[in-house]
Amino acid sequence: MNFKTVLMGAVAGIAMAPAAFAERGADGHVNIIYWQAPSTMNPYLSGGTKELEVASLVLEPLARYDETGAMVPFLAESVPTVENGGVSADLKTITWKLKEGLKWSDGSDLTSADVKFSWEYCTSEGGGCAQSEKYNDVESVETPDDLTVVVHFAVAKPFPYGPFVGAQAPIIQKAQFADCTGPAMASCTDQNFAPVGTGPFVVDEFKTNDVVSMSANPNYRDPMKPAFATATVKGGGDAAAAGRAVLETGEFDYAWNLQLAPDVLADMESKGKGHLEVSFGTLVERIMVNYTDPDPALGEERATAAHPHPILSDKAVRQALSMAIDRELLVEIGYGAAGKVTCNVLPAPAIYASTANDGCMTQDIEGAKALLEADGWVDSDGDGIREKDGKKLALLFQSSTNAVRQDFQAIIKQWWEEIGVQTELRNIDSSVFFGGDAGSPDTFQKFFADVEMYANNFDGTDPEAYMANWECKQAPRPETQWQGNNMPRYCTPEFDALVAEMAKTGELEKRAELAKAMNDMLMQDYAIIPLVYRGRVSAASNTLGGVIMNSWDSELWNAADWYREK
Amino acid sequence: MLNYTIRRLLISIPTLLFISLVIFLLLDLAPGDPMSSIPLTVPPEVKEKMREALGLGEPVHIRFLNWLYQFFVVEPQVAWDHLFGTDFAEGKQRIISFQSRSPVMTVVAERMPQTLWVVGLSYVIGILIALPIGIISAYKQYSWFDQIGTFISMIGFSIPTFFSGVLLIVVFSVILQWFPSIYDTTHTVTDWGSFWYQVKQMIMPVSVLALYNAAQISRFMRASMLDNLNQDYVRTARAKGMSEKVVVLSHVLRNSMIPVVTVIALGVPTIFGGAIITEQVFQVNGLGQMLITAIYASDAPMVQTLTFIFAVLIVLFNLIADILYGILDPRIRYD
Repeated sequence: MNFKTVLMGAVAGIAMAPAAFAERGADGHVNIIYWQAPSTMNPYLSGGTKELEVASLVLEPLARYDETGAMVPFLAESVPTVENGGVSADLKTITWKLKEGLKWSDGSDLTSADVKFSWEYCTSEGGGCAQSEKYNDVESVETPDDLTVVVHFAVAKPFPYGPFVGAQAPIIQKAQFADCTGPAMASCTDQNFAPVGTGPFVVDEFKTNDVVSMSANPNYRDPMKPAFATATVKGGGDAAAAGRAVLETGEFDYAWNLQLAPDVLADMESKGKGHLEVSFGTLVERIMVNYTDPDPALGEERATAAHPHPILSDKAVRQALSMAIDRELLVEIGYGAAGKVTCNVLPAPAIYASTANDGCMTQDIEGAKALLEADGWVDSDGDGIREKDGKKLALLFQSSTNAVRQDFQAIIKQWWEEIGVQTELRNIDSSVFFGGDAGSPDTFQKFFADVEMYANNFDGTDPEAYMANWECKQAPRPETQWQGNNMPRYCTPEFDALVAEMAKTGELEKRAELAKAMNDMLMQDYAIIPLVYRGRVSAASNTLGGVIMNSWDSELWNAADWYREK
Repeated sequence: MLNYTIRRLLISIPTLLFISLVIFLLLDLAPGDPMSSIPLTVPPEVKEKMREALGLGEPVHIRFLNWLYQFFVVEPQVAWDHLFGTDFAEGKQRIISFQSRSPVMTVVAERMPQTLWVVGLSYVIGILIALPIGIISAYKQYSWFDQIGTFISMIGFSIPTFFSGVLLIVVFSVILQWFPSIYDTTHTVTDWGSFWYQVKQMIMPVSVLALYNAAQISRFMRASMLDNLNQDYVRTARAKGMSEKVVVLSHVLRNSMIPVVTVIALGVPTIFGGAIITEQVFQVNGLGQMLITAIYASDAPMVQTLTFIFAVLIVLFNLIADILYGILDPRIRYD
C-alpha cells in the first residue's frame, strides 16, 4: 500500500517534472548517523537537540531559519511582519497564512485547526511540554478559516516568532494527538514514536535510542522531493565511530556533532571519502566570574548577593584574568576549524555582534601583571601568589567533565599562575553540573566556586531573552530554589534598564543597538570572560549533495533537497 | 532435590526485595538529573514542570511502592495480555522510561534479540573453543600446544575489548573494507544474501567477545583437568587397561567439569547484561548499550528495572549451578 503510493507519487512526479529533474525516491537510500540516538520523535516531549533534529525530518513548523539566520516560510505562505501587515501595529497579534493544498503524510488536509491544536497540546496542564516557553504570553489562537491562524499575545511582542517557528515548535496533527494532551502526553507511545507529519519523510519503524527507519512522504508538497526513497537514522557508539563511518569507511552519508580533537578530524577527512561541514550559531564557551562570596562558612548566605566576593569584586582582577588568556591558542588546541576567537558573549547574528571589545584577541600577560601591580596586588612574601590586605589571590575554577574543558582548565591555570593567581581546578560530571538539582552543591547555578566555564547559546536569532539572563532578578539564590541564568550574579540598574527598554522596542536597528550595549557592558565589566565562539561540526559524504549546514535551526532542515551526487 | 529447590526459591524472594530496595535508594541518592541533557535554552520553570510530569514530585517510598506494583503486577499482566489476548492490564500505568516516555519492558524486548545473538553466540563459541583447548593443554602440559593456548588466553585476558574492537574495525572495515563497522539492528534475514550480511556484521563483535570468554573458561578447564589427572582413580583406570580416550574423556573430564559448569552457569546472566563496551564500539545497541545510555541520562526507572532483572538472573543461575552440581556429582546431595 505504502509502496504503491510512493510509486504513484513517483509516477506523478515524472509526469510533471521537466526532464532535468530527478523524481521522488530516485536516489535510493540515505544513511544518517546520530551517535547520541534519538529517544523519541516528539520534540515537545524532549528538549534534546538529537530529538529535535531527527524529528525535523517528519514534523515541520510554519517557518524555519535558514543558514544565515533569516526566516523562511515552510508551511506558511510568507513570514508575517509589521510591514506586510501580518503583525499588528501594537505587536500583540500575528496572522499566519498557510500554503494551499498542504497534506499530512496520511493524505488528510492540514488546516489551521492543527496549528491551533499544537499550541493547546504544548500548553496543556500536567504534560510537561519541553517547549512551552515558545508559547509564552500566547493568550489565544484564532482560526477564522482553514488557512488562517491568528495568534494573540497578552503583551506586546517585538519578536512574535516564538510559536510555530523553528525546530522546537513544529505543527502536529490534531487527529493523531487529540487524546494525548496533559498527563496523557507520555503514555501515547505509538504517536510519540511515529508522528504523522508534513516533512519529507515518514517514520516506518522507530527503535528508541537505536535506529529510525523512514521512507519518503508520498504526500510531500513538492512532488519531485525528496530524492531519497528511504532514510535511516542510526544511533549509538561515540563521535569518533560516527566520524569514521562517514569519513573513513563511507558506510554512512551524514554524521552529526563530531566534537573531536582537531587533528583527529583532519586525519579522518584526509581519507577523502567525505568532508566536514561547519557552521556558527551563537554558542560561546565562556568563563563566568562569581561576584558573590562562595565561602562555605557563610552557610545559607553562601554565594548570594549578601556577601560580595572578596577578590573578584575588584574589577582589575577580573580584567587581568581575561587579559592573561591566549584565546587563539585555545581555539587551536580545542576546536580547530570549529572554533573562532571571540570577545563577546553575543557573537551573532551579524547585526548584534559588537566590535568594541576586540582588544581581548591578543594575550597580554605583562599588561595583566602591571594592572594587578597598580591595583595593589603584590607578591610580598615571594611565594608566587599576589596578595592585598591579607587576601591571597587564589581561585577555585570549576567546569563540567569533558576532555576539551579539562585541557582548557589546565592551560588557563598555567597563564593565571604566571600573573600570580593561584588556581585550583575542579571538574564535575555534566549530569550533576547542568542538572539543576537544588539539593546538590555542585550545580553551575549554585556556583560554589570563584570562576566556572561552560558554553551556552540561544534558540533562533533574537537575543532578547538571552541578554535578559543577566538581569538582577535572574540571579540564582535560595528564594528561587537556586534557579536562574545569571550565574555571575551581575546586578546593575543600568543593565536592567536596557533589558526593560528592549522588551518594548520593536525596531530592529534599535534592538540591535540595545543588545550590543548590553553585551559591551558585560564585557567591559568582565563579568563574563568569553573564550571561544563554537560552531557545529558534522560530516557529509562526498556522494551526498545539497547539504546546507545550519546552526539556527535543525541541521537536517533541508533534507528534502538532499540528493546523491552522480 | 525438589524440596531444596523450592526452599531456595522462597529464600530468594526477600533477598530480591531487599536488592530492589537497595538499587532504588542508590539511584535516588545518586547525584544527576534526568533534565541535565536538555539544552540550557530551556528555562528552569519548564524543566520543573517536566520533572513533575515524570512523577519525580512524589516522595521516595511512594515511588518505590509504585515501581514494585508496576514490576510485579502490571508488567506480568501486560505480558499475559500479550500472550493470550486478554485485557487485565488495560489502563494501568506501566514502568515508563524517562528518556523516551515509553514502557521500559517494550524496549527490553526490542533489545533482547541482538544481545542474545551477539553476546549469547559469542559465549557459546567461547565455550566451544575453550573446552578442547583446556583439555588438550592440560593433557599435554608444557607442550607447544599448551604454550600457544596459554599465550592466546593471556591475550584474551589482558587486551580490553575497547582496544581489540577498534583494532578489528581499523583493519577489517577501514583498510580491507570486508565487514561493516556499524551493526544494523533493523536487518532481517530472508535469504542467503541477507544471511551472509548478518554473518558479516556479526563476525567482529562476536570474535572480540568470544576471545575474551574463551580465555577465561579455557584457563578454568585446564586447571581443573590438571587437578584430576594426577588423582589415584586415574592411575587405577589406566591400570585396569582402559584406553586413554576413556580415561581422559569419561573419567577425568566428567570430574573436571564440575567447577567449570559452575563457572559457565554463573556467566550466563552476564549475557543478558549485554556487553556494554563491545556493544558501544560496534553499535550493536543491545541491553548493555541501553543500560549505559540510561545511566548517562539519569533514567532511573530503566536503570532500576534492568539492574533488577540482572539480579533475578544472577540469583536464578546460582541456583541452577548448585542443582547442576548435584546432577554431575552424585555424592553431592542437598536434602
